Amino acid sequence: MIALLLRDLRLAVRAGGGFGLGLAFFLIVVVLVPFGVGPDQALLSRVAPGILWVAALLAALLSLDRIFALDFEDGSLTLLATSPLPLEGVAWMKALAHWITTGLPLTVAAPPLGFLLSLAPEAYLYVFVSLLIGTPALSVIGTFGAALTVGLRRGGLLLSLLVLPLYIPTLIFGAEAVRRGADGLDPFAALLLLGGITAGTFVLLPIATAAVLRINLR
Amino acid sequence: MLNVRDVTCARGGMPVLSGVSFAVPAGHALILRGPNGIGKTTLLRTLAGLQPAISGEVTYPEDQGAYASHADGIKTALTVTENLTFWAEVHGTKLPDTIFDTFDLADLRDRMAGTLSAGQKRRLGLARLGVIGRKVLFLDEPTVSLDGFSVRLFADWLQNTHLAAGGVAVIATHVDLGITARVLELEPFKAAPDAGGGPDEAFL
Repeated sequence: MIALLLRDLRLAVRAGGGFGLGLAFFLIVVVLVPFGVGPDQALLSRVAPGILWVAALLAALLSLDRIFALDFEDGSLTLLATSPLPLEGVAWMKALAHWITTGLPLTVAAPPLGFLLSLAPEAYLYVFVSLLIGTPALSVIGTFGAALTVGLRRGGLLLSLLVLPLYIPTLIFGAEAVRRGADGLDPFAALLLLGGITAGTFVLLPIATAAVLRINLR
Repeated sequence: MLNVRDVTCARGGMPVLSGVSFAVPAGHALILRGPNGIGKTTLLRTLAGLQPAISGEVTYPEDQGAYASHADGIKTALTVTENLTFWAEVHGTKLPDTIFDTFDLADLRDRMAGTLSAGQKRRLGLARLGVIGRKVLFLDEPTVSLDGFSVRLFADWLQNTHLAAGGVAVIATHVDLGITARVLELEPFKAAPDAGGGPDEAFL
């Protein structure tokens, strides 16, 4: 299974892999928002947690359709399905690879970008922590959506429609944790719920992803 | 080693073949023949476990089946060696040194798979079969886009390495591979047009 993870990471870094696509999108959105909202620092710092989280969400969405589509097109997915790897493990590794190439860079880039949105100084830590805890759930849920739409032409839009509603709990608790951190309140309840969602999706969704893949490969 | 008893398989919910039965002992190959659309690919996918049979039974040693189709599963952004190493690691085997010579890939080892010709890609796809160490092979048109020389290379490997070591192969092909194998005509097993379709489990 590690071989699959390493292969996916290698493919992501090489030409046409789309590594950094999500990060670049995130960067652009966060840089553009202050131009749109205006230079009102109080307003910017009020909306900063929400902007950072929504931008991270959309950036994660951007590369989802590649998770299985490329493997499906060249036949690798069929071969993986007949290999000794359990499909649940394949789903898990795909999600992990997506997180490492998308979620992790976003998490690292978010605090510096928070500066552009005049994020409250107390909130920097919570932006990092909440994204670190929350973005894995985005990748796992997205992998499930990618499995549902694998084999569909132009499945990307359908994928967004399917996946975005499932992202809502993560968005609510992620942004809430940052907001409470910025206001000097206790963010731990929100962080715990965020962690709960991530843990739950990590355990349960790969099973659903594998079941959906089996049906789609028939 | 491979036993197929009374298998009925469907494509898109419509049965295409019914009552297919055969046995392939270790070290033997079976060639499937039949016109386009008769259900060779469907049968092979059913045997490989990619789709369930509507009825009947397929038995072979667990975790020994391998499927190869028109799509080779080659990653164009990886080199030939990286592609093969990946499949070896997935299957928990080591990359045999001889594999590059067997499939005439020695000169291409470090080439990006994306720069290979169609026939070279096909050879790389077939070389995967020599890497994963599986005993029961289900091959769907393995010689598409291969030249005569490469077909012989592949047939040699199949006969002298795979089958000689007690492996089994079920091959759907229209060309003469030049290996000693039983031929199974699929035409007589064609499912009656009014045969009831199996339940489409995906929607239950």
